[in-house]
Amino acid sequence: MTDPPGHPGPPESVGAGAPGDPSTMTIVPVRHPWRWVVSLIILVLVAMLINTLLFSHVERGGIREGRFQWAVVGHYLFDAPVLRGIVVTLELTVIAMVAGVLIGIILAVMRLSPNRLLSGSAWLYIWFFRGTPVLVQLTFWYVGISYLYTHLTLGVPFGPALITLNSTTLITSFVAGALGLSLNEGAYMSEIVRAGIISVDEGQTEAAASLGMPKGLTLRRIVLPQAMRIIIPPTGNETISMLKTTSLVSVISGVDLFQATQSISSTNYQVVPLLMVASLWYLFFTSVLTIGQFYVERYYARGASRALPPTPFQRLRQSLRHQRVAPVRPIAEIPWVAPHD
Amino acid sequence: MTDPSSVAATRGLEHPMVEARNVHKAYGRLEVLKGIDMQVHRGEVLCLIGPSGSGKSTFLRCINHLEKIDGGQLSVDGELVGYRQQGNRLYELKDKEVCRKRAEIGMVFQRFNLFPHMSVLDNITSGPMWVKKASGGPSRDRAHQLLERVGLIDKVDAYPNQLSGGQQQRVAIARALAMDPKLMLFDEPTSALDPELVGDVLDVMRSLAHDGMTMIVVTHEIGFAREVGDTVVFMDGGVVVEQGDPVQVLTDPRHERTQAFLAKVL
Repeated sequence: MTDPPGHPGPPESVGAGAPGDPSTMTIVPVRHPWRWVVSLIILVLVAMLINTLLFSHVERGGIREGRFQWAVVGHYLFDAPVLRGIVVTLELTVIAMVAGVLIGIILAVMRLSPNRLLSGSAWLYIWFFRGTPVLVQLTFWYVGISYLYTHLTLGVPFGPALITLNSTTLITSFVAGALGLSLNEGAYMSEIVRAGIISVDEGQTEAAASLGMPKGLTLRRIVLPQAMRIIIPPTGNETISMLKTTSLVSVISGVDLFQATQSISSTNYQVVPLLMVASLWYLFFTSVLTIGQFYVERYYARGASRALPPTPFQRLRQSLRHQRVAPVRPIAEIPWVAPHD
Repeated sequence: MTDPSSVAATRGLEHPMVEARNVHKAYGRLEVLKGIDMQVHRGEVLCLIGPSGSGKSTFLRCINHLEKIDGGQLSVDGELVGYRQQGNRLYELKDKEVCRKRAEIGMVFQRFNLFPHMSVLDNITSGPMWVKKASGGPSRDRAHQLLERVGLIDKVDAYPNQLSGGQQQRVAIARALAMDPKLMLFDEPTSALDPELVGDVLDVMRSLAHDGMTMIVVTHEIGFAREVGDTVVFMDGGVVVEQGDPVQVLTDPRHERTQAFLAKVL
């Protein structure tokens, strides 16, 4: 060793583990003892939950039976009245959301209009329908309309009537429910749509205008598709919320999923199992909607994020192929990060 | 001028492409344009320079009616912008008519403003197909030609955010050209670009100028203005301070304010 101090010798001269060469040392990861404790607590709680849900028994009226009576749940899960209730629930959800989105778009455009009468009336609508409970609105449409107007007519304002209908036959509980939920949803959706529209850069409208695109076309093909990225997540929220809000039609004698299970349990007194039936169905449809939302969001992310997030299936396939998550690629390898010009 | 018929033919096109007379514009109390007079002739490249806030961009935006003028007269190709003259009255144009006139004027923005949810191809064909109702096949062929021209034929299916700023701006130029405009407006087209990307965009604009396109370019690229511009207009505080031949205005400015501005940017 005749090298002068500070001058590195050839690599072979440094033995493994010798001080000063970190590349050959063993790495000791940070320990997280509390993670283990918390994980253990959660495991115990999950075990307790599974036990009480599936394996615990209880004595009721001298008969020993499963605590949650899953057999009863299974018996009523696909019962005809329950299935009819599901149809009503889904119909109301779809009608209210489709109408709500359409009303919402119209109201949002009105609110953004420079015309004060248009923006003012949209404001008034939103103020009224957000300001009263939806339960009150539903009751009003069901009871109030036929009380206030025994006959509904279609014709010239202050002039002759063309069509006259009897309110009580026209406004069934389903019609009142669909009407009330749609009008109420429209008020909420309009704020969501408005947020989406104002999130789109003004330069987009200007660029469209400079190409000679009229306002309506610009809204439909340039602004709204971009606003969708902002609009979709809260709309998914609203749809899931609506699925469950439809259960309010039970107060105006609508027979939805919840009311269907309620009327069964009022005759057989199996209250909890039938609540389970309703809950399981609601959970199922919420899950379907959540999955649907993921794909719709992904669709509207085109052009917004440079690479689309993988779908769960793609992620599963990838993890099966590699056994573990692929290492992050260095930025320089990804062609779109450093575009050549 | 020995052939009288050719004189008559040019007479018919004698009105300038853009003519501004005493154009005024104010936002509330803030007067942005205080009486602009300007003429841009067919095939002319006019470069507008001046400090920020001088009203260059506002004036440019008035030409395709993105901004409404408050006073004076502004006409494109012999027709008033935003109004129709009938006898002694000016009728404000309907939305549809404004759109039809805008479709004849291309505009390129500082921030590109490509439509991010559409591919490069769809960005370029959107104008011809949706506004001019042209059919898809020819529009796509034309888009390919234009992309070839701006050197981005390999990006036809890319989305705008997969492109660099310079590439986006060249697509934006192609998008404007797809409408076959008779006039192109450039609003600081290179100001948002990294220095090394400016050249490609200027090259495209230079070739457009050589092909005889009438162009109004708001720019800070003094070199470009000197080389490509037929006229340079220096604006400051909402008025035209000086205008004329680029070499004269840029190398031997008469006005103090022009001298001060050029001393800062050169």
